[in-house]
Amino acid sequence: MKTHSILTRMARKALFIACLGAAAGGVQAAEDYSSFLRPAEIPQPDNNRITTARTELGKMLFFDPRLSGSNWISCGTCHNPTLGWSDGLPTAIGHGMGVLERATPTILNTAYQPLQFWDGRARTLEEQAIGPIKAAGEMNQDMDELIKELSALKGYRDAFEDAYPGEGITENTIAKALATYERTIVSTESPFDRWVKGETHAMSKQAQQGFEVFLGKGRCVLCHSGFNFTDNGFHNLGLKDDDDPGRYGIRKVKILKGAFKTPTLRDVALTAPYMHNGAYKTLEEVVDHYDRGGDSKENLSPNMQPLHLSASEKASLVAFMKALTGEPAPVTLPQLPTE
Amino acid sequence: MHKSPQQKRLRTAFIATALFTAGAVQAGEVIVDQHNKTFIVEGNKVEAITINVGDTIRFRNDDPFFHNIFSLSDLKTFDLGSFPKGQSKTVTFDKAGMVEVECAIHPEMFMEVTIK
Repeated sequence: MKTHSILTRMARKALFIACLGAAAGGVQAAEDYSSFLRPAEIPQPDNNRITTARTELGKMLFFDPRLSGSNWISCGTCHNPTLGWSDGLPTAIGHGMGVLERATPTILNTAYQPLQFWDGRARTLEEQAIGPIKAAGEMNQDMDELIKELSALKGYRDAFEDAYPGEGITENTIAKALATYERTIVSTESPFDRWVKGETHAMSKQAQQGFEVFLGKGRCVLCHSGFNFTDNGFHNLGLKDDDDPGRYGIRKVKILKGAFKTPTLRDVALTAPYMHNGAYKTLEEVVDHYDRGGDSKENLSPNMQPLHLSASEKASLVAFMKALTGEPAPVTLPQLPTE
Repeated sequence: MHKSPQQKRLRTAFIATALFTAGAVQAGEVIVDQHNKTFIVEGNKVEAITINVGDTIRFRNDDPFFHNIFSLSDLKTFDLGSFPKGQSKTVTFDKAGMVEVECAIHPEMFMEVTIK
């Protein structure tokens, strides 16, 4: 029994290594187990290092509806921590209850992403943070007006001075504080992570089989790679009735027509509906989409093809994706300045 | 005389370097591999290379997924389309200046090509 157990562990380990090797063109080795774990250090720019004062200020701004023109929508309205830092809607609702064209992406692990937004139009979180505040359809705020409003409150004047001494309340410091808070929103340990670390029973057998499908027949790892399960790349997945140009709006290269950034799969069980337009309510529907090889074939990513997965393989894939979801880190809400 | 594997590797590296240098002097071909979502020349990750007017770069995909190399630079605009592991595409640079090269699918892959 003991020998059998050891052999099983060895076989699993060998399979894991083989799969990693196959997934990465045979260049990864055993030590790359750690590549599936979140790096402990959060990437942060030299001109905006993470400090407690900056994080606290950023959190106040993030949850303050006065950042919007209507004084009614905060960043947290759409990036709601109780809904996987998204909103549970197919596509976002913005200023004046207007329905937007794209789904609200989770902001989990955005610190690790080189490009922000579905179409990658922002190169930094600082740049990203300001985008929705100013966008007419989203928070519809006039930046000069916002700076005036915040400057009138001693609580904010003090918080900005603590966080960015001598820099004042400006678009730049608002952006830096929000980006700092967003950088601290990172994934927690999931059953998959514990399994990678050697807890054999942390992930169910079905989920382990799902991981094999994920790396092999399912072809998922071609795009959902690395610890964050994204290649940070752009792909057209062949969604039905979708004429959004996606990344092509930023880079006029043919393959990018209808291509969107690969989202993280961390905490994916918490972020339904799925896809850039919220087309699918469940992970089962998502797997069916990939199994069909997409619906629209126009400018389809060359990575997409019919998979011919069995019902059992599909179910195991879903089980695996659910095992990428950790216990969300508790979030405490800030008291916002009123004077 | 029998050569050790290390000597053979050194010799191979020397020849590769010599060929690359020769390619940079005369109009020739420079091979740029795509590996682990980076641009690789002679085994080293590169973010900038210098070539001569008339040189051709052969972009060779060594990753198990597609790449799509392009440039929207004024000096040389091209889109090589997507190509899988084991395939390659070429571009000849016929004017002096600087060209920014990217992978459309993986924009982290970025390289400056200076043409002298």
